[in-house]
Amino acid sequence: MSSEATSRRLSILLCIIMALMLSIVPMPDTAAAYRPDWVALTLIYWSISVPRSCSVGTAWIAGIVLDVAQGTLLGQHALALSVITYVTAKFHLQLRVFPLSQMMATVMALLALYQFLLFWINGVAGTYAEVVYYWGPVVSGTLLWPVVAMFLSGIRYRSTRSA
Amino acid sequence: MPAGGGNSEHRSSKTTALGLRLLLLASLSITLLVVDHREHHLDNFRKAVGATVYPLRIVVDAPHSTWRWISENTASRNDLLLEMSRLNAERLLTHARLQRFTALESENARLRAMLEATSKVRDQVQVAEIMSVSSNPYRHNIIINKGSRDSVYNGQAMIDADGVVGQVIEAGLLSSQGVLISDPDHALPVEVNRNGLRTIAVGTGEFDRLDLPFLPNNADIREGDLLVTSGLGGAFPPGYPVAIIGSVTRIPEGPFAEVNARPAARLNQVREIMLIWSVDSERDLEAQSDPAPGDAAAQNAAEQNIE
Repeated sequence: MSSEATSRRLSILLCIIMALMLSIVPMPDTAAAYRPDWVALTLIYWSISVPRSCSVGTAWIAGIVLDVAQGTLLGQHALALSVITYVTAKFHLQLRVFPLSQMMATVMALLALYQFLLFWINGVAGTYAEVVYYWGPVVSGTLLWPVVAMFLSGIRYRSTRSA
Repeated sequence: MPAGGGNSEHRSSKTTALGLRLLLLASLSITLLVVDHREHHLDNFRKAVGATVYPLRIVVDAPHSTWRWISENTASRNDLLLEMSRLNAERLLTHARLQRFTALESENARLRAMLEATSKVRDQVQVAEIMSVSSNPYRHNIIINKGSRDSVYNGQAMIDADGVVGQVIEAGLLSSQGVLISDPDHALPVEVNRNGLRTIAVGTGEFDRLDLPFLPNNADIREGDLLVTSGLGGAFPPGYPVAIIGSVTRIPEGPFAEVNARPAARLNQVREIMLIWSVDSERDLEAQSDPAPGDAAAQNAAEQNIE
């Protein structure tokens, strides 16, 4: 039991590190606005499937690291990520039985909430950015959700089997 | 963390715990946000977390730097010879120009001594490489591979071979973050090299355009004028080229003319930048005293970091 939990924690940690790296990989200027919120997607997946090992605390720490990595205000991503993780962890039982289309709609709503929080904090702090930087990630994240979920569930089953 | 129980009572207590934790973390983040935005007390915390982010940056940068290493090591003899002859020609030209420069510099020092003005000491530079890691999506930022271990400080000026690139806004331990002069939040005190007209160059969010929003219609400014740093903000040493005036549109009914300029540095193509240390101690004095009222640049966050 405990070794299973440890290996699960480890795989969650690795996934988050991977997501953090993907969010600082350089992209061409035209595509930069459509960079999906990798960390948010990863956290949504894990907090639906294993909300006990991965919820607001994990999200907050990941958010702080993301804030430092991207040089945004400290706490900006941390706040937004812990809010959406709270929502997903709270409704994880309902979300688990959703069909894909409904799940994608939910992911879209969650990402929109996430971007709204970032937008709101930017607005209060006086940081201006083009609007595409807010809706671009929502669109690309929603479209990529099936792939991300498939990939992460592959990792999840492998990690539980190997334990 | 409690072992999972199946009964509903346990579950409801867990959800409250979840809500409580969110509340706690949310208020903590808001505190951090306010403290980070208003004051700059969290620099050390940022540095500590930044040290853990550094390996990620290295890994992300690795493919690019490996590719560079490979292409450097497998360059053909012919290419190398061509480049060498090109560099040699360039070196000759620069040396020829430098000969005059040394004479001018000593003349300048003599004249300044006659006027009993403090002479400007030559600046020190260090080369830093831009890591190919993207950062803050909302701003024009770059990450460089030098940090406070190499005595990089917040507000330090960055130039490339052609002109001013930007300034350091967050000196980490091993890598630092800089803001480009094209960032919409960045403003830079400049003067026209031809006549010493002082103004502010503001970033637009485009790599090839700066705005000069505070020039009156009758200002003596022409297309092709060179803008250099005036050194008034305290962050940049004076005399470095910034931009060349691209277009001047005088608007008779408005208070200001519409002037924009093309940055001298190739902001989106540079791989290496130079960090400047002004050797004279004037900078420290200026930084300590309050910024001048005409210094609109003091408004932006980048400049605030100097204090």
